Amino acid sequence: MPLINGKAVTAVLLIALLLVILYCYVSQSYRVVLSFQEKSKATEDDTSDPEAFVTRHELHLVSPDHLRYKQPSIVQGRTDVVAVTPWLAPVVWEGTFDSGLLDSIYRPKNITVAATVFAVGKYIMFLKDFLETAEKYFFVGFRVHVYVFTDRPNEVPQVKMAAGRQLTVMPVPSSNRWQEISARRMELIQMLIEKKLRNHTDYIFCLDVDSKFHGRWGTESLGGLVAVIHPGYYRNERSKFPYERRPASRAYVAPGEGDFYYCGGAFGGLLQEVHLLAKTCRQNFEADAKVGIEAAWQEESHLNRYMWINKPSKVLSPEYLWQDFKSKNPEIQIIRFSGVVKNYADIRPN
Amino acid sequence: MLLNISKTHILVSFVFLLILSGAIYTYLENITIPFTFCQPCHENPESVVDEAEKRVEMKHCPLDDSRRSGNLIMKAGLSYPQPSTLTGRTDVNSVTNWNAPLVWEGTFDPVVIDDIYSRMNPRVAVVVLAVGKYTRFLKGFLESGEKYFLVGLRVTYYIFTDNEQDVPNVTLSEGRKITILPVPSAKRWQDVVLSKMKWATVTIDKQIRNEADYLFMMDVDSVFHNRFGAESLSQMSAVLHRGFYKNINRDGFPYERRPESKAYIPAGEGDYYYTAAVWGGYLEDMYRLVKYCYEQSEEDAKNNIEAVWQEESHLNKYFLYNKPAKVLSPEYLWSDYDAPGSDIKLIRISQLVKDYAEVRPNGGQ
Repeated sequence: MPLINGKAVTAVLLIALLLVILYCYVSQSYRVVLSFQEKSKATEDDTSDPEAFVTRHELHLVSPDHLRYKQPSIVQGRTDVVAVTPWLAPVVWEGTFDSGLLDSIYRPKNITVAATVFAVGKYIMFLKDFLETAEKYFFVGFRVHVYVFTDRPNEVPQVKMAAGRQLTVMPVPSSNRWQEISARRMELIQMLIEKKLRNHTDYIFCLDVDSKFHGRWGTESLGGLVAVIHPGYYRNERSKFPYERRPASRAYVAPGEGDFYYCGGAFGGLLQEVHLLAKTCRQNFEADAKVGIEAAWQEESHLNRYMWINKPSKVLSPEYLWQDFKSKNPEIQIIRFSGVVKNYADIRPN
Repeated sequence: MLLNISKTHILVSFVFLLILSGAIYTYLENITIPFTFCQPCHENPESVVDEAEKRVEMKHCPLDDSRRSGNLIMKAGLSYPQPSTLTGRTDVNSVTNWNAPLVWEGTFDPVVIDDIYSRMNPRVAVVVLAVGKYTRFLKGFLESGEKYFLVGLRVTYYIFTDNEQDVPNVTLSEGRKITILPVPSAKRWQDVVLSKMKWATVTIDKQIRNEADYLFMMDVDSVFHNRFGAESLSQMSAVLHRGFYKNINRDGFPYERRPESKAYIPAGEGDYYYTAAVWGGYLEDMYRLVKYCYEQSEEDAKNNIEAVWQEESHLNKYFLYNKPAKVLSPEYLWSDYDAPGSDIKLIRISQLVKDYAEVRPNGGQ
């Protein structure tokens, strides 16, 4: 009797040990599979040619040999605006960057930039101008893939696009409330990244369709998590920012808090950053909805709360989303992207 | 008879278990990702946003390149002055022309920076070379480092030295330690300087890679005078040389100008002139950098040429084509030999005045 017991116990112990080892091994490889980007193989990449620093790492800023450009200054820059946030993310204004240098850094990386735009209901009327001006100013010379979410796929205009650029129509259901259309955006962005963009795209920007490009929007806007400062509030005290102020909402930003008021109509960055942003905002929006609360500016409020805690690694000045009805302030040297004047009664379903 | 066999069984299985657990332990030690069921770092921010009141404990996750999302996370209720979009320092530029921040006093808020980085809780390695008589500078460096350098973060000082006995006993704060790495002495000070890259390459590869997320290389003959904090951390941070940051045409930078050297930079090229006395960044990026500098100087040696400012020349070439993610102002390395101008609001670390004839092995020649 004691003999059998000993054998059984040994066998059970051995099997248990084997299972534990297997589990560790599997959990290691599972985690590796989950990660969005390839691990940069540092030692293998470092080939014997030290001159050619071509790496697959997104944030490596390799510039070509013998590129000519104006010498940058250390003591002279723009004095009418602040070009860096308190957590040292650059604030992009005209005059703070050399576009030739930045383009030459990003061109060899062969990046693909996705742009999402929502043209639901009557908003489809803005699409033609958006697409045509994007061809002139948005990441010219780079691979761009525009995703148009619309409930009227037949009304998507035919716009001639340059080589390396394409458009995909993503059909979505209609809605009676503009607030709902606005709120669903985060979910659709999250799904798009998960289903279509992984492995094909490096950066994504989510833009408002009711706007036109008037100036360059290019590689200076690339970063991990990119936010745009809202043109209506960048000169104001933080107490005036239209954050959600009810503590019951998950978009709540308390008085005395907040860096800037960011636009819900333009944001972007690396896929995994925007995915996390979209997923979190959507979850918080749905959690709010369950308790019957809708944030003051829907997903813009949730985005602002998210950006308060998860600081953007790059901030774009209001040059990157202006409003046509506003007169140009002196510090705005160029308007790159601007919301057109519209008659709300005409275009919103409710 | 029966009893004997069962006892042997138990003994054998016990020994087997011991061997197996030993094997598992060594197997796990060798993987870079530790056996703590560490969550990928980017999953944590969700909970931060949902439950702002709860302090979400960030398990230590190695800062793997592929999982850098969500790494500027700040506590929800943190209080600090509102940042301005229009009013800042006007006497200096705060970004480079590739949009990397230029770090000066007044351009960052230490409250926000410290909150973000203490949550991240990275391990930082500081590598210094103290051979020959240079060991005498260790005490000042270490003591002032404890007061001003990345206070509150986990720091390990890696000291390359040819004389372990000379390393002083300095009290370190919690989370900070010293690792001594023995190296042979050198006859020429230029060789000492060049060997820094060689020892760094070897040691990062073998050891530091598993122990740190960020790595700084610093000159030991310096003393910290003011906060040198987490605002200096980035993928790759370079420091402007105090002698060449103002009103000097790029053709006046002391780059290596002989085409025969691997550190050659032709006229008409160059952003800034960086110092080799302080630089740092993500571990793997620093490894690439030290390896590059080491290999390039070896190439030069084969061709009987030594770059005009040794590894500083090779470093400047690397930074020209691999743009730093952050550029630190000369506040981050000054020298007691020079008086600062009004644009230097404070000096964070400064090189000491020394009698070169006395401290260098070949009398400073």
